[in-house]
Amino acid sequence: MRAFAQLYAALDETTKTNEKVAALTRYLSAAPAADAAWAMHFLIGRRPKRLLESRKLAQWAWEEAGVPEWLFAECGNAVGDFAETIALLLPPAALSTSLPLHYWIEERLLPLAAAGDETRRGWLVEAWREMDQGQRFAWNKLITGEFRVGVSQSLVVRALAAVSGVAAEIVAHRLMGQWQPTPEFWERLLAPAAGGAAPEDALGRPYPFCLAFPVEGKVEDLGGAGEFQIEWKWDGIRAQLIRRQGRTFLWSRGEELMTDRFPELAALGALLPEGTTIDGEVLPWKDGAPLPFAQMQRRIGRKTLGSRILAEVPVALMAFDLLEHGGADLRQQPLEWRRAQLEALAPPSSALVLSPVVAESSWENLRHLRQESRARKVEGFMLKRRGSPYRVGRRRGDWWKWKIEPYSVDAVLIYAQAGSGRRASLFTDYTFGIWDQGKLTPFAKAYSGLSDEEIREVDAFVRRNTVEQFGPVHAVRPELVFELAFEGIQRSPRHRSGIAVRFPRMARWRRDKKPEDADTIETVRALVG
Amino acid sequence: MALLELRESGLYCAAGDFYLDPWAPVERAIVSHAHSAHAGCGRYLTARGGGALVAALAGPEAAIEGIGYSEPVTMGGVRVSLHPAGHMLGSAQVRLEQGGEVWVFSGDYQLAADPTCAPFAPVRCHTFVTEATFGLPVFRWPALGETMAEVHAWWRANREAGKASLLFVHPLGLAQRVLAALDPAAGPIRAHETVARFNRLYREQGVALPPAEEAPGGRDALVAAPPSCHGTPWEKQFGSASTAFVSGWMRIRGTRRRRSLDRGFVLSGHADWPALLGAIEATGAETVWVTHGYRAPLVRWLEEHGRRALAIDARFEEADW
Ligand SMILES: [Zn+2]
Repeated sequence: MRAFAQLYAALDETTKTNEKVAALTRYLSAAPAADAAWAMHFLIGRRPKRLLESRKLAQWAWEEAGVPEWLFAECGNAVGDFAETIALLLPPAALSTSLPLHYWIEERLLPLAAAGDETRRGWLVEAWREMDQGQRFAWNKLITGEFRVGVSQSLVVRALAAVSGVAAEIVAHRLMGQWQPTPEFWERLLAPAAGGAAPEDALGRPYPFCLAFPVEGKVEDLGGAGEFQIEWKWDGIRAQLIRRQGRTFLWSRGEELMTDRFPELAALGALLPEGTTIDGEVLPWKDGAPLPFAQMQRRIGRKTLGSRILAEVPVALMAFDLLEHGGADLRQQPLEWRRAQLEALAPPSSALVLSPVVAESSWENLRHLRQESRARKVEGFMLKRRGSPYRVGRRRGDWWKWKIEPYSVDAVLIYAQAGSGRRASLFTDYTFGIWDQGKLTPFAKAYSGLSDEEIREVDAFVRRNTVEQFGPVHAVRPELVFELAFEGIQRSPRHRSGIAVRFPRMARWRRDKKPEDADTIETVRALVG
Repeated sequence: MALLELRESGLYCAAGDFYLDPWAPVERAIVSHAHSAHAGCGRYLTARGGGALVAALAGPEAAIEGIGYSEPVTMGGVRVSLHPAGHMLGSAQVRLEQGGEVWVFSGDYQLAADPTCAPFAPVRCHTFVTEATFGLPVFRWPALGETMAEVHAWWRANREAGKASLLFVHPLGLAQRVLAALDPAAGPIRAHETVARFNRLYREQGVALPPAEEAPGGRDALVAAPPSCHGTPWEKQFGSASTAFVSGWMRIRGTRRRRSLDRGFVLSGHADWPALLGAIEATGAETVWVTHGYRAPLVRWLEEHGRRALAIDARFEEADW
């Protein structure tokens, strides 16, 4: 636990990728296999099933710290991180544990799930008392499962490749799918490439997804339009559908197994030949066209799927790539070849829809056609270089997304709230209003888009111009105008403005505009179309 | 009987016709320490050891009178005396007494030992006006020795990696406290010109500081510099230096991360939560006014523990401590 807490601190202390990889490599080469496997499991974002409600954890912590609930909440607002708040509030540490990480996880953490509340409370308080402050912090992170420390899976993969000498692509693939963080898995993960993974790991394992880069400059700079296979960019859930040994697996990009949530696609799997992996987008799909993504959210939220919702919001797999065929890995084959195989195996009149290829070969025509994106309920185009292999992760060069311009609205900052994580104790979460009959009505919340410098400036403004406070929310003098950009807009009875937007962010601080120049509800309604 | 009231320009004592740490130019100001010395007042009263520091911030023409700690003067009908606050050289609490009623205005203060200034002296009073910059229980400072061991370890690692160590710290007060605690045998110590200027003023008052020539210096040096230098061209002359910040805010990871610094060291010229509660307890005050920082939580805590407390406005916050 000591080495692990130090690793956590080292990762947290640097923003430099190379130093993070170096710290990971140092830890993973020195740690016993049982510890290394668990550390990697958490660092790539996997977590055990929920061990206990954070509400209870909070209560036991404030009782142990001797502070009332309201003060715990105030501290939480200032710190912006739950695990850290607890570590900072607990009485000063008298001890420091030298027991290994796997002991703490297997003997002390996992048993929490099955125990009764009083027992759990006792165990937790005992654990805190055995640890120093840095260890308590790492431990709280393990319990809450909010383990983000600025380490992406690809950094962990780089470190694993450095530790093992196995190519990063192979390590990335071995990490996909279902496995248990055991010393045996750790050995297989680091085994030389040929000896490779054991079959039980491989059965349901998806491939690392190939991701597209956004087109930033002129699309002409990428080359001729004819060099690309062009498809629409669909707005759904990216997924791989796998059929192996008579079983079907549907994986999200977040590596969540979703097979049970989409019975239509489980049924589709049964129609596929043995040893098949299809890459595509799960879409709410009815009568040959997509439904708004909000319909999908209705469906995702449910624990059980009744026949009514299945009828109202059926899904399809918009298939665009074939990664495995007859059990063979096709990823090094050229794009057109994979596409031809995909077309050949697609079961007719099923939940599989082939992503249409757009037959236009000039950027000029494509630019015109792209204007139809909103009407077609897509986000623009995907550009895939002809002849390219299926790569691992986000690489510049072969796959591009050429999205339509976002919507934009000028709105006034009306509420602010402190952020969390690295933005704790700064006002970084904003609510913006637009004019509705002479009053500013809350319209959208946004957290991103400003530079650190601008954030500090807005923070100072909020501190000087708070007119009222409701809990952590500060109402400010309506003076600052921002241009908000967002991807989608629709009517919503759940919002005060009657409108909901998707992915809002701050595009620009409009210092040139006065609050009275901000947009009105009428102009915004017109965008809904 | 209220000896102080809040006016447009700050805390005002009507009986004595003076302001305490005013935030606008006024005729008569008592200044608890140099950070609170704003230019343009008619006359200033401050603790003797801090007069030169107040002059450095209020301007060379300012009319500044210095008095010794615990040496009372009478202003109007009010008996005024100054008492060490432990915040920096010449920092003082202001004690006001009239007709048996005693008020103490803390200014900025902290309770731990500091060789660069006189230690905080608790003063009994009826009403205590306290700061609350760090008025939450998550703010709890490690011992100075613990923090300095981390600073030295960081410096050593940088020397081994051939990198200069840029230590950002408030240039007046905290910088001198850190410099005095550095081991001069560990390597060359350097100071940004602003820090160096205040070092000279400290030495003139007889405070012992290790030699710290003006920056830059080599890659084995530790350079103390004001936080405002971080991310400026000045920083570039050191190449790929390691950067760190000394402040009570470094207790929280988020505040360090958003400044994009390599390290944060926890040390402050302000009282942490246990010290705030201890200092308030020691005054025996029935009523506590809370100003600066996390006012509301401290007020509520005090009320729940049987004291009268209220939050009062503060125009300026010391952001970088
Ligand atoms: Zn100060």
